[in-house]
Amino acid sequence: MRGLRSRCLTNLPTWSDMSLTTTAMQIFNSLSISSVLLMVALGLSITFGIMRVINFAHGEFVMIGAYVTFLTDRLLYDALGGGTWFLVALLAAFVVTAAIGYLTERSLIRFLYGRPFESILATWGLSLVLQQLARNIFGASNVEVRTPAWLQGGLALADGIQLPANRLFIIAVAVLCVWGTYLFLNRTGAGRSMRAVMQNRSMAGAMGINTAAVDARTFALGSGLAGVAGCVVSLLGSVGPATGQNWIIDSFMVVVLGGVGSIAGAVAGAVLIGAASPLFEFITTSSMGKVIIFALIVVFLQFRPAGFLVQRTRALEGQH
Amino acid sequence: MLDKLIAGPPSRRQYIAYGLMVGVLLVLPLFLSDFRLALVGKYLAFAVAAVGLDLLWGYAGVLSLGHAVFFSLGAYSMAMHMKLQSEALPDFMVWSGLEQLPWFWEPFRHFAFALPMAVVIPAVFAIIIGYPTFRSGIRGVYFSILTQAMALAMSILFIGQQPYTGGTNGMTNFQSLAGISLYKSGMRLGLYLATVVTLVGVVALALWLVKTRTGTVLMAIRDGENRLRFLGYNPVRYKLATFALSAGIAGLAGALFVPQVGIISPSSMSILPSVEMAIWVAVGGRGTIVGAAAGAVVVNWAKTVFSESLPEAWLYVFGGLFIGVVLLFPRGLAGIADQLRALWRTLPGRPAHAPQPQQRAPEPARSPAADGSRNHASLALPVVEPVAATAERES
Repeated sequence: MRGLRSRCLTNLPTWSDMSLTTTAMQIFNSLSISSVLLMVALGLSITFGIMRVINFAHGEFVMIGAYVTFLTDRLLYDALGGGTWFLVALLAAFVVTAAIGYLTERSLIRFLYGRPFESILATWGLSLVLQQLARNIFGASNVEVRTPAWLQGGLALADGIQLPANRLFIIAVAVLCVWGTYLFLNRTGAGRSMRAVMQNRSMAGAMGINTAAVDARTFALGSGLAGVAGCVVSLLGSVGPATGQNWIIDSFMVVVLGGVGSIAGAVAGAVLIGAASPLFEFITTSSMGKVIIFALIVVFLQFRPAGFLVQRTRALEGQH
Repeated sequence: MLDKLIAGPPSRRQYIAYGLMVGVLLVLPLFLSDFRLALVGKYLAFAVAAVGLDLLWGYAGVLSLGHAVFFSLGAYSMAMHMKLQSEALPDFMVWSGLEQLPWFWEPFRHFAFALPMAVVIPAVFAIIIGYPTFRSGIRGVYFSILTQAMALAMSILFIGQQPYTGGTNGMTNFQSLAGISLYKSGMRLGLYLATVVTLVGVVALALWLVKTRTGTVLMAIRDGENRLRFLGYNPVRYKLATFALSAGIAGLAGALFVPQVGIISPSSMSILPSVEMAIWVAVGGRGTIVGAAAGAVVVNWAKTVFSESLPEAWLYVFGGLFIGVVLLFPRGLAGIADQLRALWRTLPGRPAHAPQPQQRAPEPARSPAADGSRNHASLALPVVEPVAATAERES
């Protein structure tokens, strides 16, 4: 995750320069990183919670979202003046990745239910294929997405403290995504049936819920969220075939930390990892930081093996 | 939980087949150039690692997606030794401004230290990682994800510690091993034969281990860890020992790999090579030992062929292989024969060997009681048990 460091800490050379201003900036920057992690992890957490499938191609959905944004930039930048194209891109990223996610679920993932090891291998293979596809279509080198004018400035809080608009926007999008997912899961019929399947698949099926349809819908939703994450990631740096790889492992760590299938847990995990990565990378070195985080996660799991928030159940082993 | 895997001891016919395979490996040097021989040697080193991973995944049901770390730790141990053979202070240390050899490099001058360390360091590291994770009850995919994060962290660590590890470029430009020049005639052959002998030894060890009582316990962990715990076993100890053994074997494989390939870098210990190892085992057939070794050779041979002729297409083929094996051949190469046989039996117009319907009738009584209630019923009313069981299942 050397990428994270360069993204967060480019203007923080040494400890001695660390003033209140830079501290505030760093907290703010890590919050925006947490936001992206959260959006990626949310989809992972829901799909793992509901179908016990580990989706290692999830990062590639982030990449697809980013490339959709790039295409929208190329196609609509001139046609839609004033940067509204970016809002179109946000929507398109969700719709396109959700659709691709739906197709993936129908054609591949549904054969992998309850076979987590196999799902790791198969989705890993899918991720290789998708990365190579991106390389063949868009070229091996990274592409740039132009930042719309209304995201270029910043919000000046005080002398010397300016919150970059693009990072504010990312945080706002993440908050909207979490809120939307929460409302969807708790207030709509489709969301309730999703939770029912998550809690007890066979009972939900017996109650007349079409569990196969719920699975496909869930997977599409999770993929769509990753697509939105990909769209906003394009604001932070260039987009390439490996864009998704930068996020996937940290997102898995968020899920492990937060507890599977829990929105609140994912939020806590994302904020922690997003804040801790740059902090430890800054105190030590970028490479040691990663090792320390890994060690801390292992230590944390000693006390809470199933993450922050666990669905209470009487089952000894998770339902498969 | 996991699909039941065939794990019976090899038959006489299989032993003959194994003997033939070893024979082929031994006469292969007569027909191959030094370059090709080193290539086959590399495949066989990978096969050694695959056998170790198969013990862990195929038998104990623990999938480590960080095995490339253990492999590379072994490889680095041997690389440090070879580096010190020809250079008083390795070139990358000079470039990073080190003036003195770090203390932990010093003992690697001696082959008699470097070789055991190639096994001991990965095994100890596996225990350090494995003890807290197994103890806290982390299993299945959580363990896989954690080991994957470990692989990422370790590769970044090795990249970052340029003065001690050679950074991104790793170590290369080796001249000699244990005082013998790598370019001396016969050295390549010697390394190749050492790899063959190691592979045979590791396969024999694994085949013996899975036949012992310990092997049975490992399979019980795979198929029902909680039941085993209720029977009074401590799965942590078994899993930890297997993890360490498997890591040690991977380290040994790394030590055989590096003199034949001539380079080791952090890219060999990251996530992709770790997942690749799992795919070798999956392609060969989980829980089959020899199948896993064959899988490593076949996949890497295919990789060489494709990257020489169609480098662009390789990732599609490789990705497709991941998906195809999982969906079509869940038991790998070793299982294809059985799958074909089963398919053959189902063909119409072959009534002779088709399973008779009455063979399936007593199944409710024989099948392991998945739910306690049925067991209870069978205790109370042994005579009507099959009927009761069927009725209960239907209700």
